[in-house]
Amino acid sequence: MLYRENGQFKTNYRADQQIFPIRQDRIAVALLLAAAFVAVPLLADEYLLRAILIPFLILSLAALGLNVLVGYCGQISLGAGAFMAVGAYAAYNFFVRIDGMPLLAAVLLGGACATIVGVLFGIPSLRIKGLYLAVATLAAQFFTDWAFLRIKWFTNDSPSGSVAVAGLQLFGVPIESPVQKYLFCLGMVVVFALLVKNLVRGHIGREWMAIRDMDVAASVIGIRPVYAKLTAFAVSSFIVGVAGALWAFVYLGSWEPAAFNINRSFDLLFMIIIGGLGSVMGSFFGAAFIVFLPIILDQALPALGNAVGMPIDTATVSHFVFMIFGGLIVFFLIVEPHGIARLWSTGKEKLRLWPFPH
Amino acid sequence: MGFFLETLFGGLMAGMLYSLIALGFVLIFKASGVFNFAQGAMVLFAALAMARFAEWAPQLLGVQSKWLANLLAFAGAMVVMVAVAWLIEKLVLGRLVNQEGITLLMATLGITYFLDGFGQTIFGSDIYKIDVGLPKDPMFLFENTFQGGVLVNKEDLYAACIAAALVAALSLFFQKTATGRALRAVADDHQAAQSVGIPLSRIWIIVWSVAGFVALVAGVIWGSKLGVQFSLSLVALKALPVVILGGLTSVPGAIVGGLLIGVGEKLSEVYIGPMFGGGIEIWFAYVLALVFLLVRPQGLFGEKIIDRV
Repeated sequence: MLYRENGQFKTNYRADQQIFPIRQDRIAVALLLAAAFVAVPLLADEYLLRAILIPFLILSLAALGLNVLVGYCGQISLGAGAFMAVGAYAAYNFFVRIDGMPLLAAVLLGGACATIVGVLFGIPSLRIKGLYLAVATLAAQFFTDWAFLRIKWFTNDSPSGSVAVAGLQLFGVPIESPVQKYLFCLGMVVVFALLVKNLVRGHIGREWMAIRDMDVAASVIGIRPVYAKLTAFAVSSFIVGVAGALWAFVYLGSWEPAAFNINRSFDLLFMIIIGGLGSVMGSFFGAAFIVFLPIILDQALPALGNAVGMPIDTATVSHFVFMIFGGLIVFFLIVEPHGIARLWSTGKEKLRLWPFPH
Repeated sequence: MGFFLETLFGGLMAGMLYSLIALGFVLIFKASGVFNFAQGAMVLFAALAMARFAEWAPQLLGVQSKWLANLLAFAGAMVVMVAVAWLIEKLVLGRLVNQEGITLLMATLGITYFLDGFGQTIFGSDIYKIDVGLPKDPMFLFENTFQGGVLVNKEDLYAACIAAALVAALSLFFQKTATGRALRAVADDHQAAQSVGIPLSRIWIIVWSVAGFVALVAGVIWGSKLGVQFSLSLVALKALPVVILGGLTSVPGAIVGGLLIGVGEKLSEVYIGPMFGGGIEIWFAYVLALVFLLVRPQGLFGEKIIDRV
């Protein structure tokens, strides 16, 4: 009853084409943002912020970036972790080598470096696609793993590639406490989510989707595959790179190349499959799912095991997490190939018509 | 010279294991068009089953002879792999008929995670040893030709013979038996095969079982060399560049590609590696595959030209 657009007439194209055309959606989003910016910092305790919400935000940003490439442009990538690593280490170099480099600039420059690497490894996509491209992006993954471990210049000559940053600040405000870190990440995520939403609604996003749906038909109607694919690689790796820099600077603080190994890439891919390919909302759902599930299982499984008289140790729990991940991915691919985002929009559709079925 | 040959042999041995993994890959891709990411997980799973069954057989059944225990374990592991194949076809592939290749790839990624977790849950996650009684003592070859000779592990030679026998048996199976003919028909054209009365779902179960068998053999060889552990499933990712190099649809391609990558990896590590600070083994195979994709996307022996955009 509450969620109905009756009586909301659009009198100009601008109103008709806004991101949230339904008033209730606008109110809901405004409330959500208010809650995220005001209520959460006031109410959440340090553990919740540091161990759950900050990784969730940063990984949603990375998933969002990957979703541009895989979900919107249809170019499968198993190298997202590599672009995160490039973003992180490039930002580190800018931050450490140049005196007085502002944090924001370092993070964005890290993203820019990731863009260059992403476009470089995206070049094969002009000739190959699908499964073959997956192998090409794996090359990016293993190459960067090696490069940050072995090429000492990238890591400022630190042994084993582990580096650390300290003294983060943004426009003179230090980013030290979990609340400050949380707000910084939240700000970045909101900006980039808005950016991506607008990109995919616009001209370039339509080109990506046309390439994804049928590349030959797209090029026949005048879309340049080279341009569309490389821009998708560029935008995607920029966002993933920024997320990588945030992950390293804000969440980890000190890190080594293993933080961005192939499992990170797989995790990001799972997030967008489970959340929904080709959906901004889906990236957040997927990230929430992948971040929260292990934490919930970590708590729930030992308790469950004790309840039935079978103590479960932590190793078994981690194996269970693997199994459940794998099972859920297959389940989602079979039951709902468009992920949680599709369930969400089906739910909204039903709500609009409620109480009538059609 | 002796050092070069030793490196070469080492590379061939590693390459042979890549070949075995790639072989399972190619079999499944040919028959069902699925890019089976889970082959590595299947190798790990099969090896874990084999290692544990060999351990349990003497305890549970009172089998004294090690040979018999290994034989029983091998049979048991094979049964497990057939069951896995059956379940994969029933629960996953059968429900994803007519989906795009990428969806199927992601499904096999899911299977990978599931098998990794499941295998370690029921079989345990320690490092296990498979001991099938391959001789471990090293021997020297070509001692007369030049000084010092070449150090070769006898175990490796046996493993190479087993792999060769496996490939020969598989090609006989594919060329001479009715099932093999049906498999080749399905590989050629699903719909045509179905219209002459070949049951697709049964063929898929058979193919996945054969891939499971190949995985088991690969797992046993690898496990008896280095022990069964989780890293096995990551090493199996190397099979991807191997099949790209050899051609996705070619069995000889998988073998040659595997050997090439194994040898290339070792030689480049030894002779080029120091220039880059070492450790280039981890990416050499992938970058080689990347270059190959740009120059010759169908691989060395692949038949189909990939459609380009």
